[in-house]
Amino acid sequence: MTTTTTELTAGSTDPTGDAPAERKRGGGGFGSYLLIRFLLIFPTIFVLVTTVFFLMRSTGDPITAALGGRLPADQLAERIHEAGYDRPLISQYLSYLGDILHGDFGTTLSDRRPVTEVLRTFGAATLELAVYALLVAFIVGIPLGMLAAYFRDRYHDALLRVFAILCYATPVFFAGLVLKLVFSVWLDWLPVAGRASTGAEIQLQTLDHPTNIYLVDAIQTGDGEIVKDVLQHAVLPAVALGLLTAGIFLRLVRTNVIGTLGSGYVEAARSRGVPESRLLRKHAYRPALIPIITVIGLQIAVLLGGAVLTETTFEWKGLGFQLAQYLTARDFVAVQGIVAVLAVIVAVTNFIVDVIAALIDPRVRY
Amino acid sequence: MATATTVGTTGRTRGWQGLPIVKQVRQSVGLQRGMLLAGLVLTGVFVVTAVFAPLLAPYEYDELRDAAGPFGAQARPSGNHLLGTTVGGYDVLSRVIWGTRTALAVIVIAVLLSIVAGVLLGLVSGYFGGWLDRVLVVVCDAVYAFPSLLLAIIVAIVISGGQSSLIGGVMAAAISITVVFIPQYFRVVRAETVRIKSEAFVESARVIGASNWRIMVRHVLRNATRTLPLILTLNASESILTLAGLGFLGFGIQPTAAAEWGFDLKQSLADVSSGIWWTSIPPGVAIVLTVLGLTLVGESLNDLADPRLRSRRAVGGPPPAGAVEPGGVSVQTVVPGLPAAPGTIEGFSA
Repeated sequence: MTTTTTELTAGSTDPTGDAPAERKRGGGGFGSYLLIRFLLIFPTIFVLVTTVFFLMRSTGDPITAALGGRLPADQLAERIHEAGYDRPLISQYLSYLGDILHGDFGTTLSDRRPVTEVLRTFGAATLELAVYALLVAFIVGIPLGMLAAYFRDRYHDALLRVFAILCYATPVFFAGLVLKLVFSVWLDWLPVAGRASTGAEIQLQTLDHPTNIYLVDAIQTGDGEIVKDVLQHAVLPAVALGLLTAGIFLRLVRTNVIGTLGSGYVEAARSRGVPESRLLRKHAYRPALIPIITVIGLQIAVLLGGAVLTETTFEWKGLGFQLAQYLTARDFVAVQGIVAVLAVIVAVTNFIVDVIAALIDPRVRY
Repeated sequence: MATATTVGTTGRTRGWQGLPIVKQVRQSVGLQRGMLLAGLVLTGVFVVTAVFAPLLAPYEYDELRDAAGPFGAQARPSGNHLLGTTVGGYDVLSRVIWGTRTALAVIVIAVLLSIVAGVLLGLVSGYFGGWLDRVLVVVCDAVYAFPSLLLAIIVAIVISGGQSSLIGGVMAAAISITVVFIPQYFRVVRAETVRIKSEAFVESARVIGASNWRIMVRHVLRNATRTLPLILTLNASESILTLAGLGFLGFGIQPTAAAEWGFDLKQSLADVSSGIWWTSIPPGVAIVLTVLGLTLVGESLNDLADPRLRSRRAVGGPPPAGAVEPGGVSVQTVVPGLPAAPGTIEGFSA
């Protein structure tokens, strides 16, 4: 808030949403904002990749971690030498950075696949889940947040706020377990786990150009049953993950609508005799949504972290599920690679969100 | 002399009512007070359970058999085992109760470590500025924007290599949570420090020759910690979620070392498909209630600190002594730069 450095990155992360109001910097249009914000991606990625690299290496080399005790000492030493883990740390680090610049995030130890291939295979599933979850968050969070602001300090408001807190007080995997127990096991309405039933999955694999986004693929097959099957599988994971963010949206919309409802122009409209419900819908609502856009940037990180847990709960075969598998296999090269890839994704999406926020709200850039 | 007496008297009459939480309870009204009190009660129950776990729990957390023989796995709730037994043959209720201890230990260590590290870094960074400040801001922003669970996983791998004894597991969880939290304290304290260091009283202290260290501790730190109680409660609740998340991914504490809710939930994942509810619901509810309690306290403190969100006493009621007080407090909050507290004046003259 006080310097340009924090301001630029804090725009997306300030939960109260009223931070970007003023920047004490003259001049500079959208172009220069775009440039500075773009350049800030690189230190972010660099810091994360470096931190992760040195943290992971401080425990020793990944081959010993994965295979130590299972291979004789001389074979182990040979494989360590082969992979170059016996070189000085600094030269390992430099070649690692070089590889990343070329888009190479390493090769997993357990199944010997390039991390970028893992990303291609499983990234789509995680993206699909994250989009569904965001949809749930919007549909649940925004209207309820407005209601809470409208009924401010009455019991509806209290109930909605407790609901919001429950949403983010519940670990996603526990929410997932409860949903599973109620809707899959007891009521038998929805499937327990997976992204599609076996039959549908086989049909989806036979497509010529599968996108791995199952909904798109299912529509490609043109079979209504498969589309229904895919959607049914998506409901519970999407709700489990989406409610987490919905709670945050609810709270944010409530706070901001209360803020705008008390502001001068709404007061003026009220004194003209505009009915309260119209005030809420037309006057207070729109400006209160701008902070939502900036908060989405931070929510991407929350969703990715939550996706690891949600995917494990529902055996949703995405990046998070895969990450958990590699963790169990103690394949730390894969873990490091996936985390580095996610760092890039987080940095880039934050950039995009900040640019969108700057397009919508000119106050952010000046 | 007259001023000194006034300050002294105000200090005495306030007494216990000026304590952090007590002040907010008195300040709050209606639903807001209800939410704050509910949060305090839940948190209180949590702490009491943790302290008296050995008395409350029917069995040890790692007990598999009693005089009558083994407990058996996945036994339904019964008189002997009020909440049944887990797939590993442990008593569910006992593990839920013992779990409060693990959670409390992790919260306390994590919050203490991150406050000390975050406040120190924020203070130094904000006060001295320069390249160190730039670097720290970039690093903390990068870490802050990253999925905290992933970072916690990496740190847990580093600290414990993934498998844990009690001390190792608690420390691994606590330190990994600390790493995630440092940027939050850092940002808040740094921003406050940058603001405060340009205040007149800091300059005056420098003029009379106070050392940097003294200015930082006596003049800046005392005024920069206003928002810390709020972040503290929110972080305490987040640390439980992170601990449970680590446990759920298999990075928790082994069942023979201590009881940990996230780990128990991981174990119960397979039970759910066969309709066994008693292994997953109790530890999950324990997590939810604990986090709920801490979050209610945190959010109420947040709303009470923000004059736009604070509920006001109904107008037209009897105007008792209390009616004056909220107004006075809100003046303090609206003008954050105003060094209104008597402590500031004392610090200034010293």
